[in-house]
Amino acid sequence: MRFIILLGDTILSAFRETGRICVFLSKSLFLGIQPPYFWKLLLSQMFRIGYLSLPVVALTAFFTGAVLALQIYYGGNQFNSESIIASIVALGITRELGPVLAGLMVAGRVSAAIAAELGTMRVTDQIDALVTLSTNPFKYLVMPRILAAVLVLPLLTIVADVIGILGGFAVGVENLGFNPSIYVQNTLDFLERDDITSGMIKSAVFGFLITSMGCYYGFNSSGGAQGVGRATTNAVVASSILILASNYILTSVFFS
Amino acid sequence: MAFMELKGVHKRFGEKIVLDGIDLEVERGSSLVILGGSGSGKSVMLRCILGLLHPEDGGVWIDGRETTGLRGRAREEILSRIGMLFQNAALFDSLRVWENVAFGLIQGRGMPSRQAKKIAIEKLESVGLGEMVGELRPSELSGGMQKRVALARAIAGDPDILFFDEPTTGLDPITGAIIDRLIVDTVKRVGATALSITHDINSARTIADKIAMLYKGRILWHGEAARLDESGNEYVDQFVHGRTEGPIEMELYKL
Ligand SMILES: Nc1ncnc2c1ncn2[C@@H]1O[C@H](COP(=O)(O)OP(=O)(O)OP(=O)(O)O)[C@@H](O)[C@H]1O
Ligand SMILES: [Mg+2]
Repeated sequence: MRFIILLGDTILSAFRETGRICVFLSKSLFLGIQPPYFWKLLLSQMFRIGYLSLPVVALTAFFTGAVLALQIYYGGNQFNSESIIASIVALGITRELGPVLAGLMVAGRVSAAIAAELGTMRVTDQIDALVTLSTNPFKYLVMPRILAAVLVLPLLTIVADVIGILGGFAVGVENLGFNPSIYVQNTLDFLERDDITSGMIKSAVFGFLITSMGCYYGFNSSGGAQGVGRATTNAVVASSILILASNYILTSVFFS
Repeated sequence: MAFMELKGVHKRFGEKIVLDGIDLEVERGSSLVILGGSGSGKSVMLRCILGLLHPEDGGVWIDGRETTGLRGRAREEILSRIGMLFQNAALFDSLRVWENVAFGLIQGRGMPSRQAKKIAIEKLESVGLGEMVGELRPSELSGGMQKRVALARAIAGDPDILFFDEPTTGLDPITGAIIDRLIVDTVKRVGATALSITHDINSARTIADKIAMLYKGRILWHGEAARLDESGNEYVDQFVHGRTEGPIEMELYKL
């Protein structure tokens, strides 16, 4: 009996939270599309979310491409491995690993930072102060962050794609002794434009999820330093899970 | 109807009732000071007036208009007439001091930033802070300096409705007196209506036309500042003289 009550409570609170998030997001979008627009803030957020994430995203992509090539080589049939490795690395990176890894890395960096920043602003009354200075916090704080991530994540994904493929290439040429020009030719032969654009669309969705979670949990944090810490954790966990779940949905939509 | 009016405002957090039917009137161009023990709900009351907290019951009227539940344009219009000093200063720590002071002018009113900066520096001077301070970050200031910057920010747009949550707490007596005079001047010069919270009885005597005392979620006493000493109310007497013995004692510790 107690178990059923607990289960019911959990399900109800999950629905409640989802509802709150939806209200928060529709409010942000509704208010965000009305002027005034804060262009300078948008640019500085694009710099912080995009440019400053480049090293992390590039490093992760490089090693993932490299390890992918190694595993296909060890695990697979080593006969004809040259074209198989090039094609699987190219498709795997552009379709799935590039956007997902870029998304997860940015989720760790950015949604945590946003939740901590907005959370601190909330618990120190800075968000209330914004309101009393006739500035709408949804327009001033939330919208620039969400929009910046939606614009910038596809670009980060392209970088991840290129560097991930380069990682596979480096392993193939340096460790496995493949012919570089044939490897490149194989990669180009297998790649199609849809592989890359689908990854970019996915990552735009991830960018939206990452920043909305960061903003939502930061905005609604309470209870001092501990509350801000909780908001940060929630933002990272929620955005990571949402990235993986929505990736599954998007893949089944795009490639069915 | 008075310029600002609270009628039957109730606010609770969970089980805890903080405001239990506040009725209060503030005349246009006058200065009201709220007294009350720590934790008695003064800051919560200000937040309810500003619409930052939503009372469960009752309403707030400002200039003939009910402001509880006001949204969008209408709310922004009222807020643009309001200057608020938060108890903990609440400066934007990512911005410089002058940008903090000029924030409402630049973002709220679209004033060019050079012009806004000039006004910000004037306002900083009026709270006793030099031009150099304007270039610092809030984290580089002392607590009292932060409070004064927040005060400068609150009055930067020459609002005609002012809320000050403990404007002189954390200041030395001389700076405190300067701030008191500034508040009196601002109210006189702009003809503003001010509602302040303070624990400093001398400061209250200086800046108040009227004084109200909040106790157990209600306005216990409300009268002319000059008549504070002859209120005939033992709670007020005890509070004003800071005596530990009296009717307030037991209940305060029970909270
Ligand atoms: N967000 C909140 N959640 C729960 N309780 C709150 C919240 N804000 C205030 N309270 C409670 O409301 C009561 C009144 O708080 P308030 O900040 O208004 O006190 P105050 O009169 O301003 O005190 P002080 O003079 O110390 O600033 C306190 O008991 C506090 O615990
Ligand atoms: Mg207070």
